[in-house]
This record gives sequence, C-alpha cells and structure tokens, in this order.
Amino acid sequence: MAIAAPVASRPRPKRRVSEQSRRSSLVSYFVALVLVGLMLAPVAYIILGGFRSNSEITVDPSGFPQAWAWSNFGSVLASGSFWTQVLNSTITAVCTTAFVVALGLMAAYGLSRYAFRGRGVVYGLFTAGLMFPLTVAITPLYILVRDLGLTNSLAGVIVPQIAFALPLTIIVLVPFLAAIPNELQEAAAIDGLGRLGFFFRMVLRLSLPGVITVGILAFIGSWNAYLLPLFILNGESSFTLPLGTQAFASQYAVDTAKVLAFTSLSMIPALIFFSLFERRIVGGLTGAVKG
Amino acid sequence: MAVLREETHTKEAARGSRSPVGGGAPALPPAGALPRARSRWPKRAELLLLIGPALVVFVAFVILPVALAAYYGFFSWSGYGAATDFVGLRNYVTILTDPAFLEALSHNAFIVVMSLVLQGPLALGIALLLNRRLRFQSLIRVLIFVPYVISEVVVGLGWSLMLQSNGALNGLLEKVGLGSLATDWLSDPGAAIWTLLVIITWKYVGFAVILFLAGLQGIPDEITEAARIDGASYWQVQRYIVLPLMGPTVRIWAFLSIIGSLQLFDLVWIVWGQYVAGTAGTSTMATYMVANGRSSGSYGYGNAVAVVIFLISLVVALLYQRFILRRDSAVTTTGGAH
Repeated sequence: MAIAAPVASRPRPKRRVSEQSRRSSLVSYFVALVLVGLMLAPVAYIILGGFRSNSEITVDPSGFPQAWAWSNFGSVLASGSFWTQVLNSTITAVCTTAFVVALGLMAAYGLSRYAFRGRGVVYGLFTAGLMFPLTVAITPLYILVRDLGLTNSLAGVIVPQIAFALPLTIIVLVPFLAAIPNELQEAAAIDGLGRLGFFFRMVLRLSLPGVITVGILAFIGSWNAYLLPLFILNGESSFTLPLGTQAFASQYAVDTAKVLAFTSLSMIPALIFFSLFERRIVGGLTGAVKG
Repeated sequence: MAVLREETHTKEAARGSRSPVGGGAPALPPAGALPRARSRWPKRAELLLLIGPALVVFVAFVILPVALAAYYGFFSWSGYGAATDFVGLRNYVTILTDPAFLEALSHNAFIVVMSLVLQGPLALGIALLLNRRLRFQSLIRVLIFVPYVISEVVVGLGWSLMLQSNGALNGLLEKVGLGSLATDWLSDPGAAIWTLLVIITWKYVGFAVILFLAGLQGIPDEITEAARIDGASYWQVQRYIVLPLMGPTVRIWAFLSIIGSLQLFDLVWIVWGQYVAGTAGTSTMATYMVANGRSSGSYGYGNAVAVVIFLISLVVALLYQRFILRRDSAVTTTGGAH
C-alpha cells in the first residue's frame, strides 16, 4: 500500500493521472490477489488433500496431488451416512429458514405498521435477544428440549434455531416494512384490501431484499451450526453435516485423505448458496442502512 | 449487522426517543401515522396472529432458558429430576476462585483485544479495496468471503490437520528453508493462542468486511466525487471523508466482535477439544462451561458459569453502549449539520 499519491491541489496533466491510476489499480489487483490467495490457501489444502493418498500426505504434507485420486471422494459419496447428513442438514436449514422468515416477517409487520400499546416493549424484548447468545442458554435449553422429548430429533434443533434467529430477522425487516409508504396501504384499502390482505399481496414483494438477506443468514447459520446440534443430536442417524464431519474425522483419524475429501464435500452446498446470493446480502444490508 | 441501522437511527433516537434496549438496539421507527383500524377487536386479533407465534417461540426458547440458567445456577444438580440441592452462591464462589476459569477469562480478554486490533484495520483495508471498481469484482468478493461462509467444523479440521507438527505448514517451512521456525502450532503453549488468533482472524474478517462494505455503499457518491473535484487524492478522500463517515459502522462491528469473542466456543472446541485447550492455553469461558458442566454432569455448575459469562458480556455491552455508542449519537447530532 505504498502508493500514497502526491498531495496536489492544482489540476495535474491528464496523461499523468491516467498513468497513476493505472499503476494504483495494478497495485489494487496485486493486493486483491494476495488476499484471495491467503483466504483460499487453507481451503485449497483441504480440497487438494482429498485428491492425494495417505502415503503422499505423510511423506510431503504440503505437496500437490501426484496422481489425482478420485477414489476418496467416490467412497465418501458412496457412503449412506454422508447423504443422510446432507439430508438432515438440508431439512434443518430449510425448515429453520422458512419459519424464521415467516414468523419474523409477520412479527415485523405487526411491529412496524400497527400502533398499539406495548409496541416498544415487545420490540425491545426482541432486540434484547441479541444479548442472549446461544452459548449462555445452551445448558438449560438442552434440558428444556430433553423434557419436551425432542433430543435426537431435527425438530429439537430447528425450533431453538428459529427462536435465536428471530431477533436479527425482526431488526432487519422492521425498517423495510416501515419504509412502505402509507399512501400505498391507503390505496390498497380503498381497493378493498384489508391490512392482512395488504400483507400477503404487497408487503411480501416489497420487502423481498430484506427477506433474502435474513433468509440467507438464517440458512448459512443453520447449515454451519455446531453447538446446538452437538448438545441435542447424539445418534449418528440424526447428525447434521458439521457433527457428521467431526465424527467422520475422529472415526477415520488415520485416513487423512478421506477426511479431507469428506470435509471438502461438506462445504460445497454453503459455498454454492453463498456465491449465488452474495450480492443480495450486501445489497440487503445497505437497504437496511438507508432505511 | 442489523445493528447497522443504529447508524441512521441514532439521529432520530437523539431527537426523539432513545433506543429501547442496550446492546446496539436500533430505535423503532414510529408507527403513529398509520391508519387506525375501524374497530378494536379485529385489530387485536390480527396483532395476536402476527406477533403471537414469534413471541411465543422467542420467549419459550430464548428468554425462558436464560431465566432457567439463573435459577439452576443456585443448585448442585446432575440434570435429572427436580433441582433440590440448593447451594446458594457456592457455585459462583467456586467459579470465581477456580484458576482454570480465571485463565479462561484472561484468554477471552486477550482474544477480545487482539480481534479488534487485527481484524479492524485489515477489514477496513479490504473493504476499501473491494469498494473500488475492479474487474472480477464480484468473483474477488465471493472468494474473500469463503472462510466466513464455511462451517467452524470444516475450518477447525482443516487448520488442525494443516498445523499439526507433521502437517503442511511445517512441511512448507521445511521446503523453503525455514525449518527452524517449525513448531507444534497447536500444543505449544507459547504459540497456541496466536494460532487461534490467526484462525479467528482468517475466519471472521469476512464478516467485518461485509458490514463495512454495506456501510461504504451507504456513503453517497456525491460526497466523495465533490472532494475529488476539489483536488483531494484517493487517500485523502478515504482518510478525511470516508473513514469518519464509517465511524458508526466500525463501532457497531467492534461491539459485535467483542460480544462474539466473549462467547467463543466452536473453533476452540473443534481444534483443541476440552483437554488440550486447557494445557495449550486456548480455553475460553464457554469451553470451561461445557467441560465443567455438561461433560462432567454438573448441570447446576454449568448454568452458573453461563450466568457469569452472561453478566460479563452484559456489563461490557452496557459500558460500551454508555461510553462509545452514546458518544456516537452525540457526535452525530452535533456534527450532523447536513
């Protein structure tokens, strides 16, 4: 970053500016390249390691695959437990996301477009939820879920996840819904649309950027969740991918290449999901900033 | 990230009502001008239908467990049957005099400070870079966010395989002739906490970048363009215009980062596990809680540790709110002459 441009208060000749900006953009690309390299190196280590053999890894831990071995990936993909875990993670993430968005949108609508006593208190309660992280509640939460008979079932993970994702969801969505002009609602009312009708016909569509943002955050949060499943799920058949990956790693501790193959496969879904929606996340948050 | 809203709403909050709760809670926009319902009961029924489900789930699975933690913390309890063995404050005395807990607490404090120092400037730099017009911009962004998106388990497993004494990093150092630097990155008590910091920075800097990018996009182009026309260089614009405007976003990120560092569990538990974390000097309050609570069947004790973590986080949050975020809103109102 040693390209601090000379301080100049008078206009510079045009050619020099363009030359300078080309130089500075070259530096930008170089820095970006280094960053990308640093961020990807550990990921590359995991993926490339999946293509190697264990003896290769032992002899030269930092080398490239010599003969690209697809067999590690093949044997993981052929195992039933991997697909069970993918299914469990998918069910958990989809249900969590759907309910968080539905409940959050409804509550945010009530909080932003109805004037009622206790409105501030209810909203305050939800925002206070940001102060109650899962770590603090996990022990009694486990006991609560156990007493409900939900241990070892995906529902026992889904319901608490919904509860803990609600504060953020509501805080992001309230400004989106509050920003919908009242004139629109009045016009809809004149056309015979009640407040609930307005909610289903108009609000859903108008708050889509916010909905997508909170939906992605809820999905990725659920997909990667570790602490809650660790407490709630104890049978291999109910494991989600993070638990399954860890179990696989301790079960095949000597088979490093296979562990790396399993690990690389388990991160693919979240990566695809994120790369599809990355633009929307930053966009949705910017929308929230502008309110 | 939602808390970003505070940035825009502090002005409002300072003018009218203060924000309702601590912890960076944004102010609730007024609903006063909304059309009134024709009759009272349908409106109440609608409200119940809209807010009821979320409120019930939230209270039952967030508020209630936290309240239960406070209750169970006064008992010696194995987690089965009713908690009857009331021990008063004994659990708390034990926690606060246990050297293992105090050590974990000091690790948390170190992680809080170092995360701010390492991630803040780094993330600001990356966000400024990604905010420039670059070719392949969105590809570069996605690639830089990869660590933030993959799960802690993947991160933990990958790094621990890479860093073990016969792992890839030491192998690489050997290859480039720096073999003397090779050490046991995970279990050497002098190195382990730094290893943890590197992993944390790598994993979570993307989150800060996402927040900062959202903040940067909220700065109107007109302002920076005007400065450029007045002859300010790129760096002058960043230093005197963009950075000051980013203040609120940075302060809110710092708040989230501090709370996250105080609650740190996953990465330590996955990479080090409960036993090695103690000897390698990377234990945190949360790993102490699980190791001495659930893993050893002392649920009353575990709950008491949870309460201590919560109180520490709460005090830090309130102090931060009082001295940093509040000053923030004061600055916004006095300086907000636009």
